[in-house]
Amino acid sequence: MGDVWAALGTAEFAHIVGLSLTVSLSATAIAAVIGLPSGAALAICRFPGRRLLILLANAFLGLPPVVVGLALYLMLSRSGPLGALALLFTPSAMIIAQALLAAPIITALTHRAIQDPWEEYGGALRVDGATRSRSIRMLLAIARSSVLTAVLAGFGRTISEVGAVLIVGGNIASYTRIMTTAIVLKTSEGELGLALGIGLVLIGISIAVSASAFVLWER
Amino acid sequence: MKLRQLFPLLFIALLARGTMAAEQPVSQSIILASTTSVENSGLLAHILPAFTKETGITVHVLAQGTGQALETAARDDADLVLVHDLEAEQKFIAAGDGIDRRQIAWNDFIVVGPHSDPAHIAGTHDAVAALKAIAGAQAPFVSRGDKSGTDALEHRLWRVAGIDPAKAGGGSWYRDIGGGMGAALNAAQAMNAYTISDRGTWLSFGNKGGLTVLVDGDPSLLNRYDVILLNPAKHLVPKQTLATRFVQWLVSPEGQEAIGAYKVDGQQLFHPSAAAPR
Repeated sequence: MGDVWAALGTAEFAHIVGLSLTVSLSATAIAAVIGLPSGAALAICRFPGRRLLILLANAFLGLPPVVVGLALYLMLSRSGPLGALALLFTPSAMIIAQALLAAPIITALTHRAIQDPWEEYGGALRVDGATRSRSIRMLLAIARSSVLTAVLAGFGRTISEVGAVLIVGGNIASYTRIMTTAIVLKTSEGELGLALGIGLVLIGISIAVSASAFVLWER
Repeated sequence: MKLRQLFPLLFIALLARGTMAAEQPVSQSIILASTTSVENSGLLAHILPAFTKETGITVHVLAQGTGQALETAARDDADLVLVHDLEAEQKFIAAGDGIDRRQIAWNDFIVVGPHSDPAHIAGTHDAVAALKAIAGAQAPFVSRGDKSGTDALEHRLWRVAGIDPAKAGGGSWYRDIGGGMGAALNAAQAMNAYTISDRGTWLSFGNKGGLTVLVDGDPSLLNRYDVILLNPAKHLVPKQTLATRFVQWLVSPEGQEAIGAYKVDGQQLFHPSAAAPR
């Protein structure tokens, strides 16, 4: 067990933890910026194709990470349509992959969270003459607890994900290696104790982030 | 509305991202698509710092298995490859994808299996005979099944043995796991099964359990590692100068010495062989 503790104290491991958080928090932030307004808009606006979009957002809750990873890999590959961006095997590619996975979750759950308050307060907001964007902000505020759950569900998806980031990140040491891909690697090296140790750190950090967000938000 | 509270979070994330980007000067890095064994065994982590210190070039290693590494390079997603499957390498070069193949090191493959050794192959030095014995005993055997160099060698040996393992005796003893060397060793350990491993991964593997080396020393188990550059006639090769520099270092006395100096528990894992005739 001494070896495990020593390995978890290295600068290399600190980079792995830092990158995990950076990638997942960035991806969650991007997904929230897209998903919160989209989810709310789906609840309060009426337009053609709305039902289809709601259906898609819910259907994509189960988007397989490994498929998203593969599709993104083919897009970002040098010989793919976005190859000129040179994003493959970089942290940016990992953020894009995770944002794609988290956005439908945040959108679908926000849509659900806004539906009830919209039925309750929608009439009043309309009488007030509130604009659509103002209504969206008001409703997100009213439903803030459920909205937080939506964002945390998105974060949970990103921090625990391994299939997509392994493909588009490449698990490059000190560059694109994060906690989940390090666990896969250490397991394959037969370093099961260390793999489990990293796993416990991952769980701890995931809980810590969610708990602090919860405390700050509900304050 | 507390949407505003998200912004500090976004800001921190972007800030962290910025510092991360600053750590990695992209222009001075190359991507090496390599077989898993040189990475999982710790060899590259051991030798790369010396190269980076001397040249300022960072080598980003994608540990993929020979088949996938060649495919990655063929798609222009890596700057050079380090692989160990002569047939696949020759195809890669014949297709116009690769040039300048250089052998940098060798070690050997070994047949590992449970101490109980139901096929009675321990201490023998004939890989094909060993596989025949394993198939004859229908003893569990784990196959990589991932088109890696080790997988290619295993299938060549079965062909020489004249056995189609997936069909022989119902095939339930033959377990194609579709994974890397470490995954195969973990599976063999858990199932008391035989498997074929490169010696480097085996020596550095941390979960040997009841497994032990049973067959080695057969010339057909020789394992050669080659580096191949991409062919500029077919590929973009934006980093060819840096990649060439890396190859030159690997075959130089310093590079060769670094490879030979890597040891796990006092045992040398790779033998430098840049000077060996090809």
